[in-house]
Amino acid sequence: MAPKASFGGFLFTFEVVMLEIHDLWVNIEDKEVLKGINLQVPLGETHILFGKNGSGKSTLLMTLMGFERYHLKQGRISFLGQDITHLPTYERARLGLGLSFQRPPTIRGVKTADILRVCSRGAIAPEVLAAAYDFTEFLDREVNHGFSGGELKRSELLQLLAQNPKMVLLDEPESGVDLENLQVVGEIIAQLLQKDRRRQHRQKSGLIITHTGFIMDYVHADRAYILIDGRICCQGNPRELLQDIKNYGYEECGRCRR
Amino acid sequence: MSEIKGRAEKSRQKQAAFGPDLNLEEFSRQGGDWQYDPDYRHFSPEERSHLLTAGIELTDEDHAATFLQADKAIVHCQSRQPGVEILPITEAVRRHDWAKDLLWGLVAVDADKYTARAELELDNGYFIRVRKGMAIAQPVESCLYLRTDRFAQHVHNLVVVEEGAQVHIITGCATHPGVRSGLHIGVSEFYVQKGGQLTFTMIHNWGEDVHVRPRTAVMVEEGGTYISNYILLRPVKTVQMYPTVTLNGEGAVARLQSILIAHPGCELDVGGRVILKAPRTRAEVIARTLTTGGYSVARGHLIGMVPDIKAHLECRGLILGTGVVHAIPELEGRAAGVDMSHEAAVGKIAAEEVEYLMARGLDEEEAVSTIVRGFLNVKIEGLPPALEEEMDRAIQETNKGL
Repeated sequence: MAPKASFGGFLFTFEVVMLEIHDLWVNIEDKEVLKGINLQVPLGETHILFGKNGSGKSTLLMTLMGFERYHLKQGRISFLGQDITHLPTYERARLGLGLSFQRPPTIRGVKTADILRVCSRGAIAPEVLAAAYDFTEFLDREVNHGFSGGELKRSELLQLLAQNPKMVLLDEPESGVDLENLQVVGEIIAQLLQKDRRRQHRQKSGLIITHTGFIMDYVHADRAYILIDGRICCQGNPRELLQDIKNYGYEECGRCRR
Repeated sequence: MSEIKGRAEKSRQKQAAFGPDLNLEEFSRQGGDWQYDPDYRHFSPEERSHLLTAGIELTDEDHAATFLQADKAIVHCQSRQPGVEILPITEAVRRHDWAKDLLWGLVAVDADKYTARAELELDNGYFIRVRKGMAIAQPVESCLYLRTDRFAQHVHNLVVVEEGAQVHIITGCATHPGVRSGLHIGVSEFYVQKGGQLTFTMIHNWGEDVHVRPRTAVMVEEGGTYISNYILLRPVKTVQMYPTVTLNGEGAVARLQSILIAHPGCELDVGGRVILKAPRTRAEVIARTLTTGGYSVARGHLIGMVPDIKAHLECRGLILGTGVVHAIPELEGRAAGVDMSHEAAVGKIAAEEVEYLMARGLDEEEAVSTIVRGFLNVKIEGLPPALEEEMDRAIQETNKGL
């Protein structure tokens, strides 16, 4: 349900748009990867990106964070009404975009506690956060060094909790996570997206890449997109789209183009 | 002439195996006539803060013993712990016949012209002995100080950690803020007896045109431990050293760590060699070299003489901008059943690491600092807090050059 406002006796319904992507074209080196992406994520909503490997999903999230390797040829990205198309990564992060990496790098000699401190800009004690999510033993370990798949994802999500972003970008949060850790991962994501609140009270939005759709058991997703070859070829109800993909495969989605 | 003097004479002109060759005649042997200073009264505030950056706190407080040699002169030498004997080396050999026998027991006097000079024209050096079974909680502080420009300082140091004793020696080597050039030759021989433990932390803060030639060898007996930390953050002209540790008794352990920054114009050739001669000995050599334009050779050599030993060599180099890091790791197994490994990696800062931290809200400079600090982050217990701050400062300044 969208927020409502009343002016002079008329009742308007308007939607606050958290993230708006307009006609986005992106190259990696000389290869055209994204070819005219348009989408909007309203405040409080969570959207899902489906697509085969290489379809451009990760490129889209990386471009939203402003990483150098992703050359923006055309298009505009705005965040809460502000044009962030050319902002450096750290300014986007400070404005409220937070990304959980699919394969985060190891940073030798830097402790996990240190990076949690960085994420929260000193606002949250890493010890308290780690204690709440059974991560205390990792605080003294080097960032991502020798972590298992599940530990990597938990580390990423704890960093996001510390960062407290308005727009949560998750790149395959469930990949490499064992069953035991899946539930923890799901619960943290639900918390990041304020899924315990009613829709109209949520101040967070999400854009999530998933292959399995598992995450949709923990966070109600409002909308999904299927990316094929750098284009959004289909969008709609996340569960229905996932069922279509399971039944007919991405090729059929490409042909159907609803 | 004694046999040792004779060998030294013959090696007067002998070039070192590694590093750039120096003309020793270019340096002065006229050091300052510095007086003994029991209260450190003759140090200006500027000198004090400069020495702090080499980890030297000019106080007897919090130290088990202290030693300070400026040029040739012993300026301070004081023990506050009955378990620690500290003397100028020239005095030690007068008092103890056995000490004289230990000199040149580990380092060959005819290794090169630098060892030869230390024998033929000795200035002084420290003698530190920790008595049997004494675990010394506070560090022993020693300082070798170049206070006169162009001076060549020749020292010979001897450390004996007796059976079951433990000590941490922090050695700061520095030049007076006004001194730019000079030469430091330091022969060091350390004996760690059965079950003893020696942690030796050496911090160098020399002038930009200073040449440094340490010649160090260590003998560790059964169950003994030797931990060496070497930190060089500031510009220097050349450093060449290749300390050798011999693990002579069963279960002896050595860990050598070095943290080096090669500034533009610097030429470093620094290594660590461990000879594992007894069963169940273990060794680890860890080197982190950062170049901001300097030339750095990082050597490591593990020699496994008997089965059932374990040793690892880790050499990582980071090139910021220009500069050279040349890693030369060597493993030499001389028996079946040795377990030795190495990893060496040289590269630049990975862009994905910088971007990762930027995605967490750090700007580019902060992200690079964090990564460099992490790269140089080798855990060293017992460092004075001032030195930690100095490391941060050095890294900040390093980043400015990017």
